[in-house]
Amino acid sequence: MPDALHDHALEHLRYIRDTMERAGAFTALPGWGGVAMGGTASVAALVAGPPRETTRWLAVWLVEAGIAAAIGLAAIAWKIRSPGAVFVARPARRFALAYVPPLAAGIVFTAVFAANGLIARLPGCWLLSYGVALTTGGALSVRIVPLMGLSFMLLGVAAFLAPASYGDVYMAAGFGGLHIGFGLIIARRYGG
Amino acid sequence: MAGRKAAVERIPAKADVGPAKAGPHSGAKRTPLDLDRVIHERLRLGIVSALAANERLSFTDLKRLLRTTDGNLSVHARKLEDADYIACDKSFAGRVPRTEYRLTAAGRRALEKYLSHMEAIIRAAKG
Repeated sequence: MPDALHDHALEHLRYIRDTMERAGAFTALPGWGGVAMGGTASVAALVAGPPRETTRWLAVWLVEAGIAAAIGLAAIAWKIRSPGAVFVARPARRFALAYVPPLAAGIVFTAVFAANGLIARLPGCWLLSYGVALTTGGALSVRIVPLMGLSFMLLGVAAFLAPASYGDVYMAAGFGGLHIGFGLIIARRYGG
Repeated sequence: MAGRKAAVERIPAKADVGPAKAGPHSGAKRTPLDLDRVIHERLRLGIVSALAANERLSFTDLKRLLRTTDGNLSVHARKLEDADYIACDKSFAGRVPRTEYRLTAAGRRALEKYLSHMEAIIRAAKG
């Protein structure tokens, strides 16, 4: 019978942990970090201008990608110092496992597009890859994350359908506007 | 050992429905093991746990997270509100009403105490 009490307590602890982990899956998402990433992306869109077959245009956006990644990681680190953050590790790992592969595919596509004179078509590729990453990574999270991913994907498709010279507009609308818009919603609803 | 056995037999498998007013200030009802019945109930424990990992959660997010119904969540959230374990903020997003919950200091203390209690039971059972 002591085993029953022990099992009962264990089951309750497991339930608490599972619930906190599932709830914690989106606590780490940076709201204000997203807004900051949107801000730097908007600046990058202005600096880079319309897509051209130049290494300068590509370099601007690669530097921006590095800055955005640093902001995102710093914002996540800042956000998960909350008391419940100890429960975030497992869902964060699950999120990363679903989030990283589409981004890795995007990196490969970038190299292929650049090597074949398709730099001007990279906005569609990047928006689509990032959108897929958010949609798959956010599948187990609150609805706003896959919704944000779908928005990026739609913009990516639209960028592919539009003339290549509009690429900077789509980049600004996606990595700038969507990050800022969804970042504000996440910050308001889910903190930081 | 006999004491532990007795305790096993007395603890309810799923203690339900604490008192309507069972906050830390009104003296929460306890199980024979002195467990806080307000959060011992599974869904209420889920609500408190989810809010411990988030600054605030909307009614819709909680419902989705805990896979429950509107009515069930409302009833149990109300009991936690009555116990001052969670606070409810109502607002409008445009014309759409929005209900958000957050854990109070009393609720966080209650969860910590409950966790300690569960860990103590496990330690005791291991002997």
